[in-house]
Amino acid sequence: MIAAPTTGIIALLPEFVLAGGAMVLLMMGAFRGERSPAVTDVLSIILLVLAGVLVILLPAGKLVAFDGSFVVDDFARFLKILAILGSAAAILMSIDYDAREKQQRFEYSVLIVLSTLGMLMLISAADLIALYLGLELMSLPLYVVAASHRTSLRSTEAGLKYFVLGALSSGMLLYGASLVYGFTGTVSFAGIAKSAAESGPGLIFGLVFLFAGFCFKVSAVPFHMWTPDVYEGAPTPVTAFFAAAPKVAGIAMFVRAAVVAFPGITAQWQEIVAFVSIASMLLGSFAAIGQRNIKRLMAYSSIGHMGFALVGLAAGTSEGVQGVLVYMAIYVTMTLGTFAVILSMRRNGGMVESIDQLAGLARTHPTMAFLMAMLLFSMAGVPPLAGFFAKFYVFVAAIKAGLYVLAVIGVLASVVGAYYYLAIVKVMYFDEPAERFYRMANELKVVLGVCALFNILFCLYPALLVGVASAAAHSLF
Amino acid sequence: MILQAIFFYFFAGVCIASAIMVIVARNPVHSVLFLILAFVNAAGLFVLLGAEFLAMILIVVYVGAVAVLFLFVVMMLDVDFAALRQDILNYLPIGAVVGVILLIELIFGVIGWVVTPGATKAIAAPIASNVSNTQALGLVLYTRYVYFFEAAGMILLVAMVGAIVMTLSHKPNVKRQNIGDQLARRRSSAIDIVKVKSGQGLS
Repeated sequence: MIAAPTTGIIALLPEFVLAGGAMVLLMMGAFRGERSPAVTDVLSIILLVLAGVLVILLPAGKLVAFDGSFVVDDFARFLKILAILGSAAAILMSIDYDAREKQQRFEYSVLIVLSTLGMLMLISAADLIALYLGLELMSLPLYVVAASHRTSLRSTEAGLKYFVLGALSSGMLLYGASLVYGFTGTVSFAGIAKSAAESGPGLIFGLVFLFAGFCFKVSAVPFHMWTPDVYEGAPTPVTAFFAAAPKVAGIAMFVRAAVVAFPGITAQWQEIVAFVSIASMLLGSFAAIGQRNIKRLMAYSSIGHMGFALVGLAAGTSEGVQGVLVYMAIYVTMTLGTFAVILSMRRNGGMVESIDQLAGLARTHPTMAFLMAMLLFSMAGVPPLAGFFAKFYVFVAAIKAGLYVLAVIGVLASVVGAYYYLAIVKVMYFDEPAERFYRMANELKVVLGVCALFNILFCLYPALLVGVASAAAHSLF
Repeated sequence: MILQAIFFYFFAGVCIASAIMVIVARNPVHSVLFLILAFVNAAGLFVLLGAEFLAMILIVVYVGAVAVLFLFVVMMLDVDFAALRQDILNYLPIGAVVGVILLIELIFGVIGWVVTPGATKAIAAPIASNVSNTQALGLVLYTRYVYFFEAAGMILLVAMVGAIVMTLSHKPNVKRQNIGDQLARRRSSAIDIVKVKSGQGLS
């Protein structure tokens, strides 16, 4: 029944376009000098959109290149589009900020394009070497853009902290990869899956280290410590970027490696993922309560969301992976929309980041407050908004896989989490209005509007996204 | 066979001796020079193993670039190594404990060395026996592994761009060489011929 995969270099077309385009933009920026940032931003977005279109236009079915190192299946297509949308939105949202803060540098958008290239390679990676190279290509630009505000102490600290901890996690991942290679004799996921059953406890050690590296990248507990500091210290558009696209690629590598390379020892990795997911959900819910800075709050919120997404992976079934995909798609829209609001929290003195500054937003900017409230309700998982469906699908998958404890703890954690989202809504609607913000930039309006409408209208036709996600999940099994 | 053993013990002995000298030498410049000696001897060991490509890479990269860089850093930075050395006795006990633990682990690791039965049959790119290993590397690096090679190239590009983004700054009052301006200079704009009458000087 399964059609033979098509081989050929055509599968890499979107990656070629991004790599070539990034180099052209780099040359353009270098030669045009000071005048180029605005043009580079726009061209980078066009480049990303073009790559996204190419991903859709690739021949259908499973494409394989380089002896199975690079795989394009429906799973990869779904997540690639998502990652590209996240990156493009991040560049779009940075334009206004950079202009106001006088931080325009053409390298910024080029680095994001290169990072997106890494994400695409990571999403398609079907062996350990390709996975590691994709991961590094994705992460290196992240360290640089985190520290891109060179004169700000917080930004450079965030960049350095992220870099050092990222190097540590890469080391752990490589150590795990070398153990896996040593015990199976191959780096390709298919080969590992074949010899996994006969390789005993050594392979589990490798798996644990490999998962530790993955957890760091998706900021899941116990490897989440960098997240709040980096989110808070990095320039806000960079934080918006961190919260969306790299998480998509990280989850993609986590799911593909777990499902494709280790199907023989599912029971073992299920326990690890279930633990990580419970710990992330609980920490994300409880630690966020005391936060006053909205960027730190979003960091804890994203840790929690990663926990919920991993519930689907813990189920280990095709339905669970479908839940993960739906969750990630909705998570990206919720996060980008919320960051569009955070990026427009700007008054005379510059950016403000405290939650109290949102006081009375409903009276000063009623539309913005309404859309933000909808996004927050969606994050809390209130029906009929999209966030409810996201949680619903992963929990149903967990229950069908018999993981009742996990599902119950997840629901309880989401109730606790709802408290701090609702606390923000309360500040916006019932507190005495603070001073007005500046007018919201048009591109931020677009991002906020699209994301919020998606979350509100999702309930009308959920089958669209769920159907695509279901097909994508089936392509892995 | 006996010749090979003699060379092995010679390289290994000098390598260990120079490695010890790296740590105990009082002068940091001597330390780096002993480090270079250790690298060269390690390269000799690689040659004995039949891994001539690794041997050459070790010489070119480590001796040629890294060690020389070290030497520059040691000479340029004004670090008081004698003062650093004062503390060495304080850390000796902990260091010794860690060292012993590592040694025991290594011994256990070597004793328990069992190659997984399935591991060798699945080797992705077995080395052909009739080519030198440089050639063998070349054969897979640009064919089977070209994707990884190119990906590594992209990572290096990002590293370069990143280093420039983090450090390059255009300060307004720094004089830079502008070759265009230099070439556009004409005799008329550069020199003034003045007749000076003797005994009067220039105003």
